[in-house]
Amino acid sequence: MTIANMTVADALLLALGVIAVGSGALVVTSTHLVRAGLYLVVSLGSVAGLYLVLGAELVAWVQVLVYVGAVVVLLLFAVMLTRAPIGPSGDLDRPAWAAAIIGAGVGLGLAALLVGAFHWTLYPLPVPGTAAQMGGEIFGAWVLPFEVLSILLLAALVGAIVLSRPDIGARRNAEADTH
Amino acid sequence: MHAVIPYLTGALLFGLGVYGVLRRRNAILVLMAVELMLNAVNVIFVTADVTVRGTGAHAGAVFALFVIVLAAAEVGVGLAIVLQYYRVRHAVAVDEVRLDDEKVPQ
Repeated sequence: MTIANMTVADALLLALGVIAVGSGALVVTSTHLVRAGLYLVVSLGSVAGLYLVLGAELVAWVQVLVYVGAVVVLLLFAVMLTRAPIGPSGDLDRPAWAAAIIGAGVGLGLAALLVGAFHWTLYPLPVPGTAAQMGGEIFGAWVLPFEVLSILLLAALVGAIVLSRPDIGARRNAEADTH
Repeated sequence: MHAVIPYLTGALLFGLGVYGVLRRRNAILVLMAVELMLNAVNVIFVTADVTVRGTGAHAGAVFALFVIVLAAAEVGVGLAIVLQYYRVRHAVAVDEVRLDDEKVPQ
């Protein structure tokens, strides 16, 4: 268990992991709403780098497209639509001790569990999986969950539209008032 | 490749996500912390794909893709709820939500 037997892949994993965890810590501690969103971009981007090193190419690019591209933009739009202040805001946090105890307990407990399970075992570097292989898996063994997921996406789409249309909710309120 | 490094990354990211969900008052920051937790799970899935034998080929990566899709759906509906709540109450603080309040203010 020395530093000497670390390979290039290990060094990359370590560097990306440190960036991901460090910017993740800034996401949950930053007092600027917009900066928290931008640190989230850094964290998710380095997680995409981790996927690349681990040989999951398609997952890495989907991560960049969907997370960094879509989800973060959606979150930043929500920051703007709720008229968040640009500067630091002091009322973003609740008292820290309970959250710190539970968060540290969960994180360090999981870390101890995984370190205990895998120790410093050396695994062969995986062959990079191609998108064709992944497509074959998804439309072969996993085609039923894939279809269920498409129904879930449709339900989420309809749900988001119903939630954000003011006239649908308002009509129900008007009926309730007349009764 | 020492698989314990990405596993450790995933565990610590999950802990940070739990901390963020419990600590933050702003609903959008809570959603960001939830994204961190989902990413931690994905890291562990993809690493398990490399280390755990006996599952199907690339089962972990396929699950990671499914989790990404679920996260996209979750953040869409979650932000719709947050924006609707902001429109009604002009606030996004989760600890000021009154769960027993039935009256809808206009």
